[in-house]
Amino acid sequence: MAAISMRNIVKRYGDGYQAVDNVSLDIADGEFVILVGPSGCGKSTLLRMIVGLEDITSGDMMIGEKRVNKLAPRDRNLAMVFQNYALYPHLTVFENIAFPLRLRSTPDDEVREQVNKAAALLQLTEHLDRRPANLSGGQRQRVAMGRAIVRQADAFLFDEPLSNLDAKLRGQMRTEIARMQKRLGITTVYVTHDQTEAMTLGDRIAVLRKGVMQQVGSARQLYEEPANLFVAGFIGSPPMNFLPGRMRGGRIETPFGTVPATGPRLSRVGDRDLVILGLRPEHFEDLAIVPAERRGHGQSFTVDVDVTEWLGNGLYAYVPYEAPAEVTQQLEELERELDSEQMRTQLVVALDVSSRIRSGTKAELWFDPQRMHVFDAATGENLTRDPDRVFEEDQPA
Amino acid sequence: MADRRVSPWWTVSGLVILLWALFPLLWMVSLSFKDPDTFRSGTPTFFPENWVWDNYKTVFSDSLFTSALRNSVFIALIATFLAVIIAMFAAYAIARMDYPGKKFLLSMALAIAMFPQAALVGPLFNMWRNLGIYDTWIGLIIPYLTFALPLSIWTMSAFFRQIPWEMEQAAQVDGATAWQAFRKVIVPLAAPGVFTTAILTFFFCWNEFLLAISLTSTDKARTVPAALSFFTGASQFQSPITYIMAASVVVTIPVVILVLIFQRRIMAGLTAGAVKG
Repeated sequence: MAAISMRNIVKRYGDGYQAVDNVSLDIADGEFVILVGPSGCGKSTLLRMIVGLEDITSGDMMIGEKRVNKLAPRDRNLAMVFQNYALYPHLTVFENIAFPLRLRSTPDDEVREQVNKAAALLQLTEHLDRRPANLSGGQRQRVAMGRAIVRQADAFLFDEPLSNLDAKLRGQMRTEIARMQKRLGITTVYVTHDQTEAMTLGDRIAVLRKGVMQQVGSARQLYEEPANLFVAGFIGSPPMNFLPGRMRGGRIETPFGTVPATGPRLSRVGDRDLVILGLRPEHFEDLAIVPAERRGHGQSFTVDVDVTEWLGNGLYAYVPYEAPAEVTQQLEELERELDSEQMRTQLVVALDVSSRIRSGTKAELWFDPQRMHVFDAATGENLTRDPDRVFEEDQPA
Repeated sequence: MADRRVSPWWTVSGLVILLWALFPLLWMVSLSFKDPDTFRSGTPTFFPENWVWDNYKTVFSDSLFTSALRNSVFIALIATFLAVIIAMFAAYAIARMDYPGKKFLLSMALAIAMFPQAALVGPLFNMWRNLGIYDTWIGLIIPYLTFALPLSIWTMSAFFRQIPWEMEQAAQVDGATAWQAFRKVIVPLAAPGVFTTAILTFFFCWNEFLLAISLTSTDKARTVPAALSFFTGASQFQSPITYIMAASVVVTIPVVILVLIFQRRIMAGLTAGAVKG
């Protein structure tokens, strides 16, 4: 097992396209790190540079204490699970798992012992004589993991391993991967574009956009203190609402009324003509069910509710609003990049199920401005972020 | 919805084409069983009046034929084996690697395949005599390779292209050298392609006539298609046609058997890469 350390990694293709731009990331021994971002952000390229399937244009790739830039994949002692599993169709499950051992001409009884151990761990014992073509998606996935386990590699690399599975199986495999990683305590890098996987699996998440590292941190840090508009919009489902606003004289003008810019977070922003305000859906509440003593802390406003969705454990309300052209443009660009499923000029509000708000009615909503994020409209930088905020929940018990 | 039952004319025209193709074959078989002395006398019939094995007995007792059969078998097998091995490496390089001049090489291969063989016979004859490989196995194997390789390379590279890149990358990550990945993963997966190529090459070498007749002069290297033209009757008044037909039947049998066994594979090979599976 080993730590992986990337220093100023750059990948430029022959046609000049820069897939990875000056990425530095330290992954501790035994840590589970997720690389996440929309498609084409360079996350898979970065993973393939770690494993050696892609040349590194410049920078240092360190595994343990060794610089591996020029090493062939087979000399890096890493195990990788591919998106389409890449099982060998002409070999049985047993031989698929045994393949790395066979290459090292391991004695037969040791191969059998190792493969049986891995198969038991992955519940594959009764399938060892079958061929990959006769297995279900989840079983193939487990065979691919088995092949990685027997290697006793320095680190595991996963390249979107669950994207070919159906939703239910994906959830199962997700917990299985997490459990296996805890049990083996092996350094793991996991690439995904799915933010649920990203938030639930890793110790730390690294968010990439167009080859540039946006933010590295725990799921909580990314959710509560996003570095910029991109991270804020990418992490969280339904995504954060973005509204135009203006900071003037210690007050914030929002489409839903003017609120005071007080408190440690908002007061550090200062006056600005145009900002983008970020509010998570759960930051809103139905005024009718906010306890009277809290009402004073927040701002209430009246809106036309377009549609509501009742989900049993919550209620989503959609509220359209008008935004100035320059903000709309910035938000549209963001939306394209994030492959977002929703229009940005509507507010998504997560309400308590006891709320009586229904589609097509007027409703009084309430929010606490203290929880609001303020982003620079031009650069997207989060002006209210506390980069040093530590979450107790992230500390080892 | 279109009616899936098509007109009976398809069946009729199919039968006509079948008869058209089968007639020479049947005629060949029929002649090979006719009596060499009397097959031309009296009223000719399509099928022999009395079936005789004499022609086959004569053919197999004639060293002209047996040595030709031996030459044919070995020359075709060796040429096929070499063509498959060389084509396998060449096709892999074409399918997987990027190097300067790749396009040029590919178009050269195609150009060779389209070059008229007849134009090469004269120069080859002179060259081979000077090199001392006229009328030898190697003297036939070399030109056979030249003409068989382009097709083999094209077919096999289509097969290699179908194998996902990840397969090989997974092998490399698993600790395989490029050669191990090729031998243990790529070749087994491309086995159907290797097979098809082998069969097609074998047929080409087995049936080839022009080079075989031009570059050989004795039993040493003459293959069956060439040897057939040297058959004579028992006397100059006897026609060798029935013997030639018997020999033809003998050399056609392996081809027919191979095609029957591997027809699916051959079809798969010829259309490989046409449709993404």
